[in-house]
Amino acid sequence: MSTTVAPDRTTTTQPQTLSQGVRGYLERVRGGEMGALPAVLGLIVLCTVFTILRPAFLTPINIANLFTQGAQITVIAMGLVFVLLLGEIDLSAGFASGVCAAVLAVTLTVHGLPWYVAVAAALATGMVIGLLLGTLVAKVGIPSFVVTLAAFLAFQGVVLLLVRGGTNISIRDEVILAIANRNLPPAVGWLLFAVGVLGYAAVQLLRVRRRRMHGLPADPLSLVAVRVGTVAVVAGLAVYVLNLERSRNALIVSLKGVPIVVPLIVLLLILWTFVLRRTAFGRHIYAVGGNAEAARRAGINVDRIKIACFVICSTMAAVGGIVAASRGASVDPNTGGSNVLLYAVGAAVIGGTSLFGGKGRVLDAVLGGAVIAVIDNGMGLMGYSAGIKFVVTGAVLLLAAGVDAISRKRAAASGLR
Amino acid sequence: MSETTSTDLGVTPAGRGAPGSGPSDDARPILELRGVNKSFGPVHVLHDVSFAAYAGEVTALVGDNGAGKSTLVKCIGGIHPIDSGEYLFEGKPVNVHSPRDAAALGIEIVYQDLALCDNLDIVQNMFLGRERKNGIVLDEDTMEQMAAKTLQGLSVRTVKSLRQPVSSLSGGQRQTVAIAKAVLWNSKVVILDEPTAALGVAQTAQVLELVRRLADQGLAVVLISHNMNDVFAVSDRIAALYLGRMAAQVKASDVTHAQVVELITAGRSGDLGLTNGNGGAEGKEAP
Ligand SMILES: Nc1ncnc2c1ncn2[C@@H]1O[C@H](COP(=O)(O)OP(=O)(O)O)[C@@H](O)[C@H]1O
Ligand SMILES: [Mg+2]
Repeated sequence: MSTTVAPDRTTTTQPQTLSQGVRGYLERVRGGEMGALPAVLGLIVLCTVFTILRPAFLTPINIANLFTQGAQITVIAMGLVFVLLLGEIDLSAGFASGVCAAVLAVTLTVHGLPWYVAVAAALATGMVIGLLLGTLVAKVGIPSFVVTLAAFLAFQGVVLLLVRGGTNISIRDEVILAIANRNLPPAVGWLLFAVGVLGYAAVQLLRVRRRRMHGLPADPLSLVAVRVGTVAVVAGLAVYVLNLERSRNALIVSLKGVPIVVPLIVLLLILWTFVLRRTAFGRHIYAVGGNAEAARRAGINVDRIKIACFVICSTMAAVGGIVAASRGASVDPNTGGSNVLLYAVGAAVIGGTSLFGGKGRVLDAVLGGAVIAVIDNGMGLMGYSAGIKFVVTGAVLLLAAGVDAISRKRAAASGLR
Repeated sequence: MSETTSTDLGVTPAGRGAPGSGPSDDARPILELRGVNKSFGPVHVLHDVSFAAYAGEVTALVGDNGAGKSTLVKCIGGIHPIDSGEYLFEGKPVNVHSPRDAAALGIEIVYQDLALCDNLDIVQNMFLGRERKNGIVLDEDTMEQMAAKTLQGLSVRTVKSLRQPVSSLSGGQRQTVAIAKAVLWNSKVVILDEPTAALGVAQTAQVLELVRRLADQGLAVVLISHNMNDVFAVSDRIAALYLGRMAAQVKASDVTHAQVVELITAGRSGDLGLTNGNGGAEGKEAP
């Protein structure tokens, strides 16, 4: 007990070299901490298979489609991550996005108000829904499964009421339509790419420098370079492909550039990642999901955290609803219905967010959303019916949940004692 | 942030007598409960319990399983509100309604179940609920440095990285993290609920040494334990709970192992303890 230990011994598992970093990563994967690995591998395999079977898969127009197809699900999944982190579920997120989309449409068309008022109304509706759900779960103590199942049914009715019995409301507002249907000029796409990659590199390098200055172990620069390089290559490829001409007849109408919804998703990804990883609020979300009683004893207001997560989830569902309304140029009783919710939950889980709570990232929703969009799109290209698509997506979700459960077991076996 | 910075002893000569303990009451308790009752619905767990802890001393809280030790500790920590009775800190009546209230007074508790978040790392657990911030951004570096310093002060050898999740730690390491979390805040009172129950021989010795060291640094330490050897090894006073009643609180030097065992199992031992099986008032010896 009297042997003191130099701080460098207590604090060194931070990799000192790149190979150490790789080895540490492999060790974590073997120990059951898969992170993004299954989703990334799945994406590579799926894309390869679909490209071989249907070369049309890899055309610029289809890739642009992929992004806009997956946008609504991805955005809803990002919100769901917050609720899943608590170990709760929100089955109503799909129809909540429908309700908010309907509010948007009604505000625009029936009341003839400008787009920003409509967007604010939709977001406010999402917040109120989340407040209601969260309060019922946290304060009244009804299981979230039941609360949101009831809301799932009720919101389905609310959408019907809002769009007056099953007609659809078309959206003509240019700004709303632009979100999922217009593209950034190619130069702006590259500019955003440069700003994003340089910003990411700067954040990473500053972090390494600050930690070194404070005498704390920091990632080796080679590892930082690999990370920044990966982001640059992936984002660069995406921008390049999306900037290719994808109009059949470019002389009449040119169609190229990054769809506006893509930077919107990136922005939301950065915002929520910052909230989860860099703020006390985010830390407390993980704590409540990991051990609610410990969080309570640490003086954290567990109820408030839970309510806030439901508010974030439903508000993101509202954003998803706006995206869906933009893409469809209309809102009907099925906006946010059918497979939207299950796809969104699937996206979060496939990406690596645990259904048991305490583990997950907003990035998971994006990766998982990409997997779902690729399956949906690729199988559509192969001419499979909706029935087969559902079966396959269900199987993939089950696989992801299985991976989650097994990796938990592994982590428990390799971790504790 | 609710850190307290002073750990002064505040020993007042010829202070008021501590509850129950006859011999040489030269100090005023830093923490004192009087006539505390606590029920969970129909279950009356604590009956008129009085208890005191002194700066610079280890007070052992002993009692059989289900006697109410953990409940008493949770009442002190603000986890459970007390139904009736007085709660005094440094001689002044205080209201403790939440863990934050207790922490603000300088009371830290290492719970029996440790109350760590398995999915968070060591630093995150140690600062949980009291994170250091720069504006709204977490100040990870300062927290990591402070955690490293505290663990170093506790001579923790076996932890590989402060950034490893708590789920990957052994029982002894988890215990150490929980203790480090408690002493990080320059607390005045540290309460440990059965800290050695799940530990091996060597780890138990380390924890006991740590307990003694904390008291020698001027903290009031409350140690809950089942093991008489542990109790007599480190404690200055012993408080025995029997079926939710305080059978006696005495100086360790004034009693024998056998007497304490009798207090635990029967609620009385000779002149010490409850006057009858369910005496209403808190147990006092009647010399
Ligand atoms: N939250 C609770 N609700 C109801 N009964 C409880 C609760 N906590 C403890 N008890 C009861 O209080 C009694 C004392 O428990 P506890 O304080 O854990 O004992 P000890 O720590 O001395 O073993 C037990 O009978 C237990 O069942
Ligand atoms: Mg106990």
